[in-house]
Amino acid sequence: MPDITFIDFSGNETTIDVPAGTSLMQAAMENMIDGIEAECGGSGSCATCHCYLTDDWQGKVSEPNSSEADMLEMVSEPTELSRLSCQVLVSDEHHGLQVRLPESQY
Amino acid sequence: MARCIIIGGGHAGAQACISLRKEGWTDEIVLISDEHSLPYHRPPLSKNYLLGQVDEKGLLIRPEQAYQKDNITLKLRTRVARIEPALQSVVLQNGERLSYEHLLLCTGSRARKITCSGNDLNNIFYIKTLKDIEQLAAQLSTDKQRIVMVGGGYIGLETAAVLNKMGHQITLLEQAPRLLARVTAPFISEFYQQLHQQQGVDIHTNTQVLAFTGEQTVTGVRCKTLTQLDAPEQYFNADLVIVGIGAEINTELAEQAGLLVEQNGIVVNELCQTTDKNIYAAGDCTIGIEHHSGIATRIESVPNALAQAKTAAATICGKHQAVTSVPWFWSDQYNCKIQIAGLNHGYDNTVLRQHSSSSFSLWYLKQGRIIAADCINMAKDFMAAKKIIDQKISLPIELIGNTNIDLIKQLSGRSQAI
Repeated sequence: MPDITFIDFSGNETTIDVPAGTSLMQAAMENMIDGIEAECGGSGSCATCHCYLTDDWQGKVSEPNSSEADMLEMVSEPTELSRLSCQVLVSDEHHGLQVRLPESQY
Repeated sequence: MARCIIIGGGHAGAQACISLRKEGWTDEIVLISDEHSLPYHRPPLSKNYLLGQVDEKGLLIRPEQAYQKDNITLKLRTRVARIEPALQSVVLQNGERLSYEHLLLCTGSRARKITCSGNDLNNIFYIKTLKDIEQLAAQLSTDKQRIVMVGGGYIGLETAAVLNKMGHQITLLEQAPRLLARVTAPFISEFYQQLHQQQGVDIHTNTQVLAFTGEQTVTGVRCKTLTQLDAPEQYFNADLVIVGIGAEINTELAEQAGLLVEQNGIVVNELCQTTDKNIYAAGDCTIGIEHHSGIATRIESVPNALAQAKTAAATICGKHQAVTSVPWFWSDQYNCKIQIAGLNHGYDNTVLRQHSSSSFSLWYLKQGRIIAADCINMAKDFMAAKKIIDQKISLPIELIGNTNIDLIKQLSGRSQAI
């Protein structure tokens, strides 16, 4: 199973094994990673599971669809590395992926 | 050690556990729920769960270990018989008595039962709990079944969309003249009616259910058309019936405890305090003055349950954190996502912002002020609407309707000015 590292806003790292096909949001919730609210439970409606991928992973993860991209424009502190973690499905190629969490989801 | 008891294991109850610990409550927390499962996400029940795309574990709001880590005492499959406010205790149905320092009611609602004759036949289902969906799923076959859906609200429409996608033949009956009549403008109702009809759903509005027929199991639905007094009765064959005609609020415990209950809701202030100083309430079971509209209303939505649970937890921990978030809702049907910001109660004008035939937003105004927006496949407008309502930004109507103008760019300038 791919290893995924979540880095909270203070810089604390947690690495977990995530079964392929799981979303980053689901992986974070199941492993009690704080910093993601996921109000809508992963339906891509609420934009409260915002995270940042790291530079070296750009282009290696599927691109946001237009609805996700639209919502990312209005999250707090968006960057070009911003993603909604419920929309990123982990696959075997993502072993070693690092995910940074924002200070706040609101 | 002091104890905080939460009654109800829905979204509000689960969030309250998390928030109480975050806000610094270090004493005991007891979560009482009459359901068999740990708190789970309800919206996917009629969608991904029914489709088999997510299992029970995937529905959970948090895994069991999270409650252990936070030292939450879970009492599942447990019902509360009564509250004794003067003694600050709760009596369970098994007779056990638990005292509390603070009590949080997150009792939510239950599906409204249909009262016509034949309502107790087999194969008549409701959509509310995991158990409801499991019972329904057990009667669905891979062969095409004739399913009559009673009720054209969001739950009925979402369920109809999923069952239609699974290959069943759906007849949808709605008593009102249009779908979603209680919650949206006619334009949106018409959009959804066409969407479902294009997918093959047979929709009958102005149609009232008179009776369900069948020996032990339902075989059909007798109806009358409300628009014509002398219209002959209609009859629809049914292998299964699903009823989605709204919710009834679980206020019995609160009423029995002497709390103020009005318009079927437990009355709370902006800090989620009830009329008893040690009792708080959050979620679908509450009624209060909504911050942005000033209207006394119940808000049946997950985001409201979460916001109120966070506020209640803060209040219990001695903090002042009023609920001020803009109410919002969502619904997924086929490939269509509607996101709704604000409450449209009492609107006197609407403005359409049409990007394409399947991607648009309808803005509701009251005395010239934007109070709500229904955004279909238009997340950007939804995000903008939330901000506009939250910050009371005023925008000219012409600007809203003009899709050449990027609303979000407009806001960055205007929000500074206000």
